[in-house]
Amino acid sequence: MVAVQETVDQVRQIDVDQYKYGFVTDIESDRAPKGLSEDIVRFISAKKNEPEWMLEWRLDAYRRWLTMTEPTWSRVQYPKIDFDELYYYSAPKSTPGPKSLDEVDPELLAMYEKLGIPLREREILAGVEGASDRRVAVDAVFDSVSVVTTFKEELKKAGVIFCAISEAIREHPEIVKKYLGSVVPVTDNYYATLNSAVFSDGSFVYIPEGVRCPMELSTYFRINERNTGQFERTLIIAEKGAHVSYLEGCTAPMRDENQLHAAVVELVALEDAEIKYSTVQNWYPGDKDGKGGIYNFVTKRGDCRGDRSKISWTQVETGSAITWKYPSCILRGDDSQGEFYSIAVSNGYQQVDSGTKMIHLGKNTKSRIISKGIAAGRSDNTYRGLVSAHRKASGARNFTNCDSLLIGDKCGAHTVPYIESKNASAVFEHEATTSKIADDQLFYCLQRGLSSEEAVALIVNGFVKDVIQQLPMEFAVEAQKLISISLEGSVG
Amino acid sequence: MLEIKNLHASIDGKEILRGVDLVVPTGEVHAIMGPNGSGKSTLSYVLSGRDGYDVTEGEILFDGNDIVEMPAEERASAGVFLAFQYPLEIPGVATMTFLKAALNAQRKARGEAELTTPDFMRRVKVASEKLNVSQEMLRRPLNVGFSGGEKKRNEILQMALLEPKLAILDETDSGLDIDALRVVSEGVNALRSPGRSMLVITHYQRLLDHIVPDKVHVMSAGRIVRTGGPELALELEAKGYADYADEPV
Repeated sequence: MVAVQETVDQVRQIDVDQYKYGFVTDIESDRAPKGLSEDIVRFISAKKNEPEWMLEWRLDAYRRWLTMTEPTWSRVQYPKIDFDELYYYSAPKSTPGPKSLDEVDPELLAMYEKLGIPLREREILAGVEGASDRRVAVDAVFDSVSVVTTFKEELKKAGVIFCAISEAIREHPEIVKKYLGSVVPVTDNYYATLNSAVFSDGSFVYIPEGVRCPMELSTYFRINERNTGQFERTLIIAEKGAHVSYLEGCTAPMRDENQLHAAVVELVALEDAEIKYSTVQNWYPGDKDGKGGIYNFVTKRGDCRGDRSKISWTQVETGSAITWKYPSCILRGDDSQGEFYSIAVSNGYQQVDSGTKMIHLGKNTKSRIISKGIAAGRSDNTYRGLVSAHRKASGARNFTNCDSLLIGDKCGAHTVPYIESKNASAVFEHEATTSKIADDQLFYCLQRGLSSEEAVALIVNGFVKDVIQQLPMEFAVEAQKLISISLEGSVG
Repeated sequence: MLEIKNLHASIDGKEILRGVDLVVPTGEVHAIMGPNGSGKSTLSYVLSGRDGYDVTEGEILFDGNDIVEMPAEERASAGVFLAFQYPLEIPGVATMTFLKAALNAQRKARGEAELTTPDFMRRVKVASEKLNVSQEMLRRPLNVGFSGGEKKRNEILQMALLEPKLAILDETDSGLDIDALRVVSEGVNALRSPGRSMLVITHYQRLLDHIVPDKVHVMSAGRIVRTGGPELALELEAKGYADYADEPV
């Protein structure tokens, strides 16, 4: 009892102020006027030199958004967002689409270095010579714009397109037109519609038929500017037989006010294609009293459009004041597969309502959900998931495992599974456990000489192992560290 | 090595240990026997520093220092080891990982250098072979799905690696068949040394056929009520604890 109590006390004291990415970069920015209107939508579109069809698409979304109301069904609480108090566009002034790194503001490069994201290809190459499979191409998004994309030339040789989505809209309109909004329709939900109207940047990936992307792709999102909403849009298309592994990372400075992040991610996998999408989300979670932090309201969906295609989501969520997202798979192609592996850590006053949707439409489709929620402090951690089988989805299979671990007695863990089957041959399994780090487990570790912090770290790492194993090697270590930092006070 | 003087301890206000006096000199193996509820397991927890037990009176001298106020992990690093009656499971943590974490935590606490992986592996190999612990078992999550025998062998393996000065074995024979009992006992006997004391807590005499103690103490109602040689265990086996079970707690 007492040992756990101590841990609980430590967790309670945890300064989320220990957030290590909370610095502000002092950089001049070019912002749109505050608030949202058709003029702002036009302003963003003009800034991006977009073709007319894109502007129309945005305006259509904006007009539809005006008729919608904010959803309220999630298990999170926050004051009403005043959408007219936000800035919808902010760009570092000195970089109107730099052509090379030499044109990028050194302040920006310094910031990414501070975050441990190397953007200079030379340096990346020098660091990992002889380990060419370990290279990672990075697209860095700062507030509303993509500042740099690395390894572009090399990817081009393989036929892979990896660039900012604003560039793709200009350079590859035929592909963007075909797929944008085809997985997450403009009117999908309130935040997706808002995103469709005002999205400013994000990544675009196109892997041609039969190509296995020669390196990991990653996007690094950073919100810097005060009162700025970040609305990025990511679109990944894997043609027949293509393979790609993609990672996104996110951080933001510590600010007292809440910042809104409403992204849309769309994945399309055609026949025999495979997309692996990993997220390490570490947005600023707010301070120890729950002040500030990011509202992370994101729509992520993958469409297994072709037969035997596969989409796999892996997420490690440690940041944000509020996380509200459900990376999902539409299993349209026969024999297609969807996977969702998730670790959601909440501490302080953080609120998480996250999970997935696996929509089985095709025959013999399979899905697998492994969710690990860890709640500490006064946080609330909810898994919400839908598994459904359409009438034609004969032979659909799902396995779901949701485990929750509680640290202390002021936090909450909740599991809300929805299971619907319209086909008698579907087999869905659901397992769920909730556990607390037990006193006797902790004592066992202490008796062997581990401190209570080391003991909790060990137990937590064991708890999340199944999911960590799904991450690309380089990021698995980072994710483990992040989880430790997030639980600092209870973990060494 | 270990000197317990008039030890009183309670849990949730209820007194379980009511004045334990016990001396275990360096290098000796002592057994504590007694009926259920006599306070044997409580004594093992109080000695190893488990939270939730209040020591209300008395002293525990370990190497001459009173350790009553010392946290559990410091006692462990100082050389107090408890082989659990029911070893705990830690899902997802390989046994090998746990062993290394424990060993290095103790070395660090004592100001010694952490072991390199090859050095650690070598030590594990030597110790595990003696106890018939396979490499496959070391890769499995700690105690998860282990049989009773595997769990107890794993406890003794930890003892072999951590090289404690004082080893407390709490009902190490429970849940073991004859063959497993022999393996575990041989493991314990191999760890007897002039610099190491052992306190073997058991309900049954059969363990003491294998681990022959220097002295046997009988515990009842929170006190040591009788002390004798190994022959005392045989007497208890024949007569039972009826004479001592007057005051169950």
